[in-house]
Amino acid sequence: MKLTVDEVKHVAELAKLALTEEEIQQFTEQLSAILDYAEQVQAVDTSAVPPTPYVLPLVNVLDEDRPRPSLPTDVALANAPDREDGYFRVRAVFEE
Amino acid sequence: MSATSSATSKAVDSPSSSSSPASTYLVLGKYEVVVGMEVHAQLLTRSKMFCRCSADYQGAPPNSHTCPVCLGMPGALPVANRAAVEATIKTGLALNCRIAETAVFARKNYHYPDLPKGYQISQYELPLCLDGWVAIDLPDGGSKRIRIRRAHLEEDTGKTTHVDGYSLVDLNRAGVPLMEIVTEADIASPDEAYAFLTKLRTLLRYLGVNSGDMEKGAMRCEPNISVRTPEMRERGEYGVKVEVKNLNSFRSVRNAIAYEAQRQAQILEQGGQVEQVNMGWDEQNQRTVLQRTKESAEDYRYFPEPDIPPLRVEEPWIQAIRATLPELPDAKRARYQEEWGLRRAEAEILTSEKRVADFFEAAVAAYGTAKGKPQRLANWITGELFRLLYAEGQGQDLRQIAGIPMKPEQLAQLLRLVDERVINPNTAKKVLERMVRTGENPQAIVEAEGLAMVSDTAQIDAAIDQVLAAHPEELARYRAGETKLLGFFMGQVMRALKGKADPGLARQRLQEKLQSEASSG
Ligand SMILES: [Zn+2]
Repeated sequence: MKLTVDEVKHVAELAKLALTEEEIQQFTEQLSAILDYAEQVQAVDTSAVPPTPYVLPLVNVLDEDRPRPSLPTDVALANAPDREDGYFRVRAVFEE
Repeated sequence: MSATSSATSKAVDSPSSSSSPASTYLVLGKYEVVVGMEVHAQLLTRSKMFCRCSADYQGAPPNSHTCPVCLGMPGALPVANRAAVEATIKTGLALNCRIAETAVFARKNYHYPDLPKGYQISQYELPLCLDGWVAIDLPDGGSKRIRIRRAHLEEDTGKTTHVDGYSLVDLNRAGVPLMEIVTEADIASPDEAYAFLTKLRTLLRYLGVNSGDMEKGAMRCEPNISVRTPEMRERGEYGVKVEVKNLNSFRSVRNAIAYEAQRQAQILEQGGQVEQVNMGWDEQNQRTVLQRTKESAEDYRYFPEPDIPPLRVEEPWIQAIRATLPELPDAKRARYQEEWGLRRAEAEILTSEKRVADFFEAAVAAYGTAKGKPQRLANWITGELFRLLYAEGQGQDLRQIAGIPMKPEQLAQLLRLVDERVINPNTAKKVLERMVRTGENPQAIVEAEGLAMVSDTAQIDAAIDQVLAAHPEELARYRAGETKLLGFFMGQVMRALKGKADPGLARQRLQEKLQSEASSG
């Protein structure tokens, strides 16, 4: 399956990746090759198999509504690049 | 997926008049308004949707209710909250939905700092509840069904605070269970939108699944609004939809729909085209404003959430949840009118909040259901008691009735004192005021304040003589034919007896006295 350059640009934008023109060319080819490889499973006849996104025969895995302790705020923020007064501090976002 | 459950038997099925164009709301004389509503309601669970952090985030220090799951740490495994699933099914039953046999969670992918995973767990192709309806009352006395397309379960996002030059993120709210209810585009006026939301909030509160507090963000409404000409309707066409966000009261929703319909109609009238955009609501200036949006179209790339197995909802589970449904407001209202002879107006307001209905029913149980008695109680509750709640409580929230010291049984006792002519109705109002404040029994207040009704003829006669003697001028005018002065004398007599006189007896004696005065004078 051949991906277009525009499709790769769109996916890169959705993934917040800034790619150079060279990289776009390169990934267009590589991603197309990966899709071709995955496409081999299309050869299997699945007309008699109902579609499912799950491989395990599980349903209704539910937890009772009983709160348990959360992480201390310091631990929760441990990996944050920046913080302020117990908040994660991030670049300005304008859109609501 | 197949349906297993249909309309709840407890809901009152009222005739629909949705196709009747009689009460059509038109803008600029010819444009119909078409509105669909999306409502997000936080579920009142104790823990979050996919982790067991406390969901009680209001007022908590920032980022004190988080864990690897709701922080979106790699490898953390979400487990769905049973109470949230059941609350959604319960809501679906009350909204006359069919409950899906199989429901699946899905990832909705987008980037925003208040969404740590980079996706929101929601439901997409296979939601829990489908194809329901809510009946709203129309001003002409009829009712109309607003169809519910779906109700599904998802998680709330965190909160972003915009500071000068940067933003602060608090993830306490991230992962709180959120139910999304989507209607068909059946709402045809700002008032219908208001009626629908009021009805929905009443239902959610009856079910105990949501607080209905819009100002706290527990309930959020996003109408999508378009206008069209009757000719377009005949051809089955719709206008271009505009979605309005950031509405924080039902009144704002109503005003925003009216404003937006007018704006769109004017564009069309001038030969222009409505653009499909998101608008915000400017409360101060009462107008919609264009929202800044990303250039690229939304592309959420939904796919089934691989970490959460599907929900299989079988009939016994549905039946068990159905058994927990309370009597719903429409059914209650009908019962009050049919069994207890209540007028529609009082039946409606008493059932608008479950706590008010509970109070009323407990009072009726104590007071009795003999002819006229429930209505008398209803008058006292919707009249004097509501007035006191509004005057002394916090705002216009009738739910405060559950928190006052006076118990419903005590209100019944008070009315019995009036029935037994121990106190007169005016005195009862005073006693009620003190009962609401202190929770004392009415008898105790009557005794302590010496409020028992004066029914002693001699005492009343003495007061009448005193009043007539003190107002010779008015008496002369009365004699000259100004009979409306009876009211003045009556007031004076009541005052002389500190308001405690038996009003019927006092009036009778006063009339007799004035008649004899008139004939002798
Ligand atoms: Zn958590």
